[in-house]
Parts: sequence; structure tokens; C-alpha cells
Amino acid sequence: MSYDKTLGEALRRQGVSRRGFMKFCATTASLMALPPSMVPAIAAALEQARRPSVIWLSFQECTGCTESLTRSHSPTVEGLILGQISLDYHHTLQAAADSAAEHAREEAMKENYGKYLLIVDGSIPVGNPGYSTIAGISNKDMLLETAKGAAAIVSVGTCAAYGGIPKANPNPTGAVAVSDLIKDKPIINVPGCPPIPVVITGVLAHYLTFGTIPELDDAGRPKVFYGETIHDRCYRRPFYDKGLFAESFDDEGARKGWCLFKLGCKAPVTYNACATTKWNAGTSFPIQSGHGCIGCSEPNFWDLGGFYKALSVPNDPVTLVAGAAAAAGVAAGAAMAMRNRKAKADAKSKHQTVTIDDLEK
Amino acid sequence: MIGRPIDIPIRAENGDEPVSHGNALPLLHEVRHALERLLAAGEETVIDLRSIPMGPGDEARLEAELGTGEVSARLETAIGPSVALETRFPGVWLITHYNSEEQILSRFIEVTEVPAILRSQPEDVREGLDSLSEQLLQQTNE
Ligand code: SF4
Ligand code: SF4
Repeated sequence: MSYDKTLGEALRRQGVSRRGFMKFCATTASLMALPPSMVPAIAAALEQARRPSVIWLSFQECTGCTESLTRSHSPTVEGLILGQISLDYHHTLQAAADSAAEHAREEAMKENYGKYLLIVDGSIPVGNPGYSTIAGISNKDMLLETAKGAAAIVSVGTCAAYGGIPKANPNPTGAVAVSDLIKDKPIINVPGCPPIPVVITGVLAHYLTFGTIPELDDAGRPKVFYGETIHDRCYRRPFYDKGLFAESFDDEGARKGWCLFKLGCKAPVTYNACATTKWNAGTSFPIQSGHGCIGCSEPNFWDLGGFYKALSVPNDPVTLVAGAAAAAGVAAGAAMAMRNRKAKADAKSKHQTVTIDDLEK
Repeated sequence: MIGRPIDIPIRAENGDEPVSHGNALPLLHEVRHALERLLAAGEETVIDLRSIPMGPGDEARLEAELGTGEVSARLETAIGPSVALETRFPGVWLITHYNSEEQILSRFIEVTEVPAILRSQPEDVREGLDSLSEQLLQQTNE
């Protein structure tokens, strides 16, 4: 696809009608977790969007993030977005290797200097650079060089965003996150081990649609996807509010689908979209299949003291508010999610009394 | 050795009725308010079902409560089919977009007299007009 054709033109050329385009826009809005009222604005922007150049660098990682993206469930829409974005360089996916591949990267950098989007997965070993090199170039050198001409950087996965599993104690390679090395570029963190595929594409779609980076939280994550804890959106939440907990993985409570808090669910301190976006074409997510969240999108999740150890603080202010409302006879569930949002706004500072520090006690 | 079956405490879930996690009803209340707004002011509402925390059984419950009405339309677009279904409650539509492998891409409840995606779009009408003219031109030439 050439650089000068807009997405609207490209789609029409592929035989996509205006109706098909409307469907594409509605789905993209949903993908970006934006309200349906935004669809006309998205349509107008996507119509005019042009193909940006993307360079993807993989450092110390397990390829799970690339797997997650390429296995994503909606080949048409995401295929169109990716076809539109088109990777100029992805050394895991491309056939060329070594110097030929490096040549492609240098070409892409030169042609689109200052304009390309740099996507990184994996952490960067700075203790001993020999732990991970590409065509003889250390990860750190390649990152610093490629970042120079980037318009923005997307750190895909917990490793690139926060160091992830390579950085877990005792961190043998001296692994660090992209943001530890790059200070002068906008960086979007898309953590998760791996991140939810539609969240990756949602972030890319946002960039493609608006040409800007989405609003980020303190940890550099887009608020649309990471704005709320999984706990705040969990369908098991009414059980939590009533104090009904599974005590083991095979007891009566577990069979009845009660809350997994006591079995170590880390969702009360984990910001991610799993409870609504879910996994595998929206089929399910860990809590729905009976296992607590392990907090994979949080910094240092691997060293938080055990996946099956319950969080040390059993109640948070949001629960108290939600519990009181439930007692007053307000219906639970979807309404609850909205109530929590309000309660959280009211009690935001108090809510943050349940922190990662509590986990480390 | 033939013995009696070992007594393992396993209980099969009753498969007839999906367990619901109580997320369908609040949504139906929201739909009722939206219908009132549609009647009073012609205001349309779209609810993205992906943004609602649904537990197992919730979506089935929602579909059962909404039921089916007089209209069911299937669209065949170049990026896969879509289905627009008017529920038992006139003005309440369930729109499901699929990819070409029939996997659900997105799902919406639309409270409107007619979902926009069902209308013929000016861009498509223009293209259609062009190809009709072309067709007629060819026939005159024959
Ligand atoms: S603790 Fe876990 S299982 Fe329980 S309500 Fe919260 S997110 Fe759901
Ligand atoms: S539920 Fe928790 S551990 Fe599981 S994928 Fe989501 S954020 Fe990661």
C-alpha cells in the first residue's frame, strides 16, 4: 500500500462500501474503548488517515507479545489496520535476517525520519549487553539509535514497559524498561504478559486515527484501557461485596463462581481491560475460567510475593460505598460498574490505600 | 475388582438455564430510559456491549429478555456479515458485526427507529447510479 493513499480510498478500492466503512468505524471505536457517540469523528479521521511507517524492535522477550498480536481474533478489521500501518521492519516476522534486515531498518528510518512509530517488545539488558544482540548490535545501542528518529514509542508488553520477567529478582541481565533509557520521546506503555491483542491494535488504531497518543496514566498506560482495575469491572464483584469467597479451587464457593480474592486474585490492584474486552474473541478471561488475576500488567508483578497469596487489605473504600448501595437495594452488575466509577472518583485518594506496597508486606 | 463407583463430590451444573450474574437487568433499565428519550425527544442511543462487564450467562439472559421482533436483516459487506435485529421491543435493535470468519467483532444495542447501517448511503447510491448508467449505456450501444 502506498503512503499517499488515505484509508478511506484504500478501503473503497478493496470494495468496501460506505456501510462496510461504518461497520469498520463502529468496531474501531469499540476497539479503542471510545463511546459510540465518537463514531462520526472517528469516521472523519479514518477517512483521511494515511499509512504511518512502523518499526518494531524485539529485545529480551518470549515472542508472546507478537504471538498475541498476530493471533488476534478479528483478521479483517485488525488486518486492515495493520495492512494500513504496515510494518517496515519486524525482525521476528520478516524473512530477511542480519545485515539485509538491518539495511531495511536503516532505510525505513532514513525515509521517515522523525515520523515513524517505534514499537518495542522485550526489556533491554544493560548489565551485560552480550545477553541479547541483533546482528551484533546490542539492544541498548539499537534502541537509542532507532528512537532518535521516532515520533513516538509504544512499549508493548510488561517487559518493554517495566522490565517484566527478565527484570524479576535477581535480574541476572540487568534488564531495564524502554522508559529507563529514553527520556525525550513520548512513550506509550501497553503492558500485559502478553497484552490483550485488541488493546495493542486499539492503541495503534488510536494513533492511526487521531495521529496523537492517547491520554496516559501515571504508569504511562492509555487510560481508556487501563483506567480501571479489573476488580472494578469484574462480574464476580457482587460476591466480593457480599463477602462470598471461594476458599479453595474445588469447594462449593468455587463451583458457584464466588469471588477469588482469598485465592490470591490481584485484580484489585491491577489496571487492565480483561474484565470487559476479555480474551480469545471475547470468550473469557482468567477470572471467568476460575483463576485469580496474577497482575501481569503491573510493574514487578513477578515479585509480588506469590500468585496464591491474598492481598493484605480485604476492603477498600469503593467496596464500602458499593456495599452500602447494594444494601439500599440498587441492582448490581453493570450498574455497579458505573457506581464504582463514581465512587472511585469520590474516593480516589482513599482507594489508592490498596497499593503494590501492601502486596510486598 | 468390581466395586461401587467412588464417591467423588462432583456436581454437574444444570445446563437448562444459564447462570446469570445480574448484569442483564440494569442494562434493560438503561434501555427503557433510552426508549423514553426516543419517544419524547427523538434522541437515539447506542450501547457498546463490549464495554459492559458480562459474566457467563449474562449475554444469553439479555438476548432472551430482548427476544426477537418483526425485523431481522443480514448485511453482506466486504469485511464480513452484520445482523440487525429488531427485538421484541420496537425501537430496540441488536446489531452484531462479524468478520469474514463469522467471529463477532463488535455488538451494540441501538435504540432508534432505524439503525443507520440499514439505510442506503449517499456514497454507495452514487456508485450505484454510475454503474446503472453504465449498464444502460452498454445496452443502448448493443
Ligand atoms: S477479587 Fe478478583 S474475583 Fe473477586 S471480585 Fe475482585 S476481580 Fe473479581
Ligand atoms: S486477568 Fe490479570 S493476570 Fe490475567 S491477563 Fe488480565 S491482567 Fe493479566
